[in-house]
Amino acid sequence: MTLLVGSLATGLILSLLAFGILISFRVVKFEDLTVDGAFTLGGAVMATLVFAEFEPLRATLMGALAAGVAGTVTATLHTRFKINRLLSGILVMTALYSVNLRVMGKSTLPLQSKPTLMTYVHRISQGLFGEGDHLKIFHWEVPSRDVTALLLLFLLTILIGCLLFIFFRTNLGLAMLATGDNSRMTESLGVNINRMTVLSLFLANALIGLSGALLAQYQGYADAQMGVGMLVLGVASVILGESLVGTRKIGYLIVGAFMGSVLFRLMIAIALRWGLNPNDLKLITAVFVFAALVFPKIFSQGASWLRGKIRA
Amino acid sequence: MLEVTNAHKTFFPGTPNAVHALRGVDLKIERGSWVCVIGTNGSGKSTLLNAVAGGFLLDEGSIRIDGVDVSKWPEYRRAKLLGRVFQDPFSGTAPSMTLFENLALASRRGQARGLGLALNSTTQDELTKCVAEMELGLENRMDNPIGSFSGGQRQSLTLLMATLIRPRLLLLDEHTAALDPRSADQIIRLTKRSIEHDCLTTMMVTHSMQQAVSVGDRVIMMDQGKIVLDVSGPRKQRLRPRDLLAKFEELRRRQQLDETAADMLQTQYV
Ligand SMILES: Nc1ncnc2c1ncn2[C@@H]1O[C@H](COP(=O)(O)OP(=O)(O)O)[C@@H](O)[C@H]1O
Ligand SMILES: [Mg+2]
Repeated sequence: MTLLVGSLATGLILSLLAFGILISFRVVKFEDLTVDGAFTLGGAVMATLVFAEFEPLRATLMGALAAGVAGTVTATLHTRFKINRLLSGILVMTALYSVNLRVMGKSTLPLQSKPTLMTYVHRISQGLFGEGDHLKIFHWEVPSRDVTALLLLFLLTILIGCLLFIFFRTNLGLAMLATGDNSRMTESLGVNINRMTVLSLFLANALIGLSGALLAQYQGYADAQMGVGMLVLGVASVILGESLVGTRKIGYLIVGAFMGSVLFRLMIAIALRWGLNPNDLKLITAVFVFAALVFPKIFSQGASWLRGKIRA
Repeated sequence: MLEVTNAHKTFFPGTPNAVHALRGVDLKIERGSWVCVIGTNGSGKSTLLNAVAGGFLLDEGSIRIDGVDVSKWPEYRRAKLLGRVFQDPFSGTAPSMTLFENLALASRRGQARGLGLALNSTTQDELTKCVAEMELGLENRMDNPIGSFSGGQRQSLTLLMATLIRPRLLLLDEHTAALDPRSADQIIRLTKRSIEHDCLTTMMVTHSMQQAVSVGDRVIMMDQGKIVLDVSGPRKQRLRPRDLLAKFEELRRRQQLDETAADMLQTQYV
């Protein structure tokens, strides 16, 4: 049960990563490889600021902001200096590896002794469920702090998902959608495509950095390696989500990324429970994405079968 | 209104693939005029329209719209002044966005785009009215993605989008070429109506001699990056397709002569 609560919470945190990847890879169709670096940067900046006695919420937002700026660098390398998209992302991701170590000063920063968002969660948990450390749900003992974190994360991700949905109904959001759908038309309607690309990657990477900052606080440490594999994981969630909702409308895609991320975490938790070696996780994630890309037919048939099962 | 002076453009300069697509184009268009642009494939018609729209910057020469020099303006900035319809029906609309969303985008052409909701109920009503006025029965499909519409429908909608905010200059690049004859007729009808209704200044590239003589008040013919024929006023009214074909024939013969001469020079002196 604790494992379930933990993987649900992680899935929720990583749904912010999936939202970010949805924006760069799907909405503006920019294959942005900054992701792994930006995810770590969010955690690293947050952790360093927490050590500098920053208020945790502000430290978290600064982490997101820093990652967003990393995204604008990638976008600018492409739009201003005409560097290929993939290469722009790779350059920034590689540079971020050093930047992250510089920011943190060492490769791991433990956060347990510092006030973080988890400290707030703990306080709220005590307000909600009293002093006891554990809750009884049916007949399982679950740490009440984890349950509170799960509830708050649920509210937060739903809120951010709704905000994104509303954003894509504004004039600016529509222009962003159109940039990915038909950039020639969009430009002929007076949208500065380069600026829109920079803005999109800022937004995408800020969400990714926020995800990294939250994950670091949830797991209790920031680590220079924490972003490794996040790009593929996020893409896997987005693909899984797309086949779950079965349409390309942005509202559905947001819901899909959310569900895909949580479901993917659950699948991983189950696989680990069955005795999967954790070291093989990234290989399996990569194979999953490979399969979804190479056999989209089989994949979407499987998904619609799954949709049928869910409805039934 | 539009003043193109000594426009030159070479693509891939300094390489074996260099194309001198515009070779000193001078063109002045009066406000309210409707100019048909004809010419063989590769003569530089689309390049001229792109130059005006800002798809690239000229190597030499200038472009003024209503007295303002826009030669250095990027495309998105010139968009405020221009409405465009492309040859390919897929170019002018965003396929996975709905008709409503496409029109909402067009209704803010050249304006700042902020965090206001794009489609409140008043704009929805106005946009639906505009679509209904086209009399194509598309007003019931406002929430369908544009990708589900036919080429002709898309082209009509692109035309509507280009003129939703009145453009200073309307640029049409063979916008009926990819359509079946019936849709093409319909688009021309809509084009006429919208140009007359809003008194638009228009440059229309066309592949059809018939179109060139039957609509508009001026015809220019391009050949090898230059304007080689410019007919307006009463002479334009009397112009027949065969006059234009004769001109094409003349150009072709002269070109062949040039080539034979070049061959001759080559064999004799190289
Ligand atoms: N963006 C471009 N890049 C390279 N060459 C181009 C470009 N646009 C046009 N050209 C070249 O310029 C010449 C004129 O083309 P275009 O203006 O499209 O002719 P048309 O009169 O058929 O519209 C052609 O040889 C074409 O290959
Ligand atoms: Mg052309």
